[in-house]
Amino acid sequence: MSRRAAAEHRLAWLLCAPAVIAMLVVTAWPMLYAVWLSLFRYDLRFPDQRQFVGLDNYLSVLGSETWWQALFNTLLITVGSVSVELVLGFAFALVMHRALIGRRLVRASLLVPYGIITVVAAMSWRFAFDPTTGFVNALLGLDGAWLAERWSAFFVIIQTEIWKTTPFMALLLLAGLTLVPADLLRAARVDGANALQRFFRVTLPLMRPVIMVALLFRTLDAFRIFDTVFVQTRGAQGTDSVSIVGYNTLITRLNLGLGSAVSVLIFVCVLAIAALYIRGFGIDLSRREDS
Amino acid sequence: MTGAGYGRMERLFWGAGSAVVVIYALLPVAWIVSLSLKRSADLGDNRFLPDVVSLEHYATVFRDPQFSAALWNSIGIAAISTLAAVLLGAFTAYAIVRLEFPGRRLILAGALAIAMFPPISIIGPLFNTWRTLGLYDTWAGLILPYMTFTLPLAIWTLAAFFREIPWDLDKAARVDGATAFQAFVHVIAPLAAPGVFSAAILVFMFAWNDFLFAASLTSTDHARTVPAAIAFFTGSSRFEQPTGSVAAASVVVTVPVIIVVLLFQRRIVAGLTAGAVKG
Repeated sequence: MSRRAAAEHRLAWLLCAPAVIAMLVVTAWPMLYAVWLSLFRYDLRFPDQRQFVGLDNYLSVLGSETWWQALFNTLLITVGSVSVELVLGFAFALVMHRALIGRRLVRASLLVPYGIITVVAAMSWRFAFDPTTGFVNALLGLDGAWLAERWSAFFVIIQTEIWKTTPFMALLLLAGLTLVPADLLRAARVDGANALQRFFRVTLPLMRPVIMVALLFRTLDAFRIFDTVFVQTRGAQGTDSVSIVGYNTLITRLNLGLGSAVSVLIFVCVLAIAALYIRGFGIDLSRREDS
Repeated sequence: MTGAGYGRMERLFWGAGSAVVVIYALLPVAWIVSLSLKRSADLGDNRFLPDVVSLEHYATVFRDPQFSAALWNSIGIAAISTLAAVLLGAFTAYAIVRLEFPGRRLILAGALAIAMFPPISIIGPLFNTWRTLGLYDTWAGLILPYMTFTLPLAIWTLAAFFREIPWDLDKAARVDGATAFQAFVHVIAPLAAPGVFSAAILVFMFAWNDFLFAASLTSTDHARTVPAAIAFFTGSSRFEQPTGSVAAASVVVTVPVIIVVLLFQRRIVAGLTAGAVKG
């Protein structure tokens, strides 16, 4: 290695060091610490009774109905919101792509849900569906207490998620749409393909990589859902998400041992989802690093 | 766009589509604004628009020391996190784009892994460590996680932007007699500024938005940010639902978002899609 190359390596590592150290200290190390804590009986209200218990915490979590119900809820919210977002996001992206007048207005309006604080969005929808303050019941001629019943509460939570995050999906898909060569679509039109055929045979296959990346990010994001559920139900009516269970165990009940086991299990779930996308659907994330 | 080939019907269809999208996106915002302007007595009238416009809830919110403290905390914490993340992110992105060294891919992959990382998984250890180190309920206690969780976003976005910069212009300026510093200030910095700005807006939005860390790592006005303050807001008395105050507080923190979005929409979209699509 030449001296010049050695100097370049040194400079590069010097430049990267602060960011790399921060990422290691604030994520990798706490994660390892969580794994360690999860092997102990450790309740901050009784710190003297700290004791090594091996995998007992995992057995308690995996043997509890709370965990499995929360996992089911989280998957339901994830699949429910991400699938609708994909369809709706595509529709919005097409509108932005095609609209001749007011495209800037459409894009700016879509950035509002993206930028708004999630807690605020959740509050707004909670008040909207509330039987005393809300307008939704009056509008639909209903009188239900949406958030007081399990399935309607899921409906409110999922639709809040959809409202808040469809813009992200739409903007990514719009960027993907602009990568589809107009010549190709014109050629398909000349060859007699109708709008639907052009969309499914030309646009969609070309956009596959963008769609998969958007889906991966949104799925992992939806799986972490916390703010909306916290604000709208606090997990009541059997609407706990896994993050809510983790928060309640760790911060509300101060049970660090058991809570850390929940945390590690959530991390494992996220790894599994990422692996499913990357292996199962063949997303090539490394391709994105070059070019 | 290829507007020439459009028929009347087609144009009408996409125009109607645009209107639907705009209404859908702005409806909950209009609703919370309208709610915040109702008189306390009208909060339960189930109507979308206020009968009589009143600013009483805004007066309440701004008189509440909790809210002004939270607002100040949010602004300070988000601003410092943004500065730190963008600065460290820019160093890293520059090294990745401009220098050859082993570990470039590893850093990018590591950053990507952190972007997918569930924050709830480290809440317990951070809570415990922050209490020991005296970082619990302090600005630094939130700035550290915000900076770290936005570094991947900053690095990926900035790297994508930096790749597009014609760095050789720097050499050309030097040949023309500019010093290294002049070349940086007059040639490279203006080229890099839009990307840095895009990354900064996205990072700020993340820190401004976060609730999980704020709810777990703060407990008082000392460091509690707006999202946590709104979520934990209790009325002045046990018997009063704080609906009006929550709505007014929500509007106050949403207005800056809307202004930023209107002013910088192109930068935000560029930043959002730079890392994910172009990459």
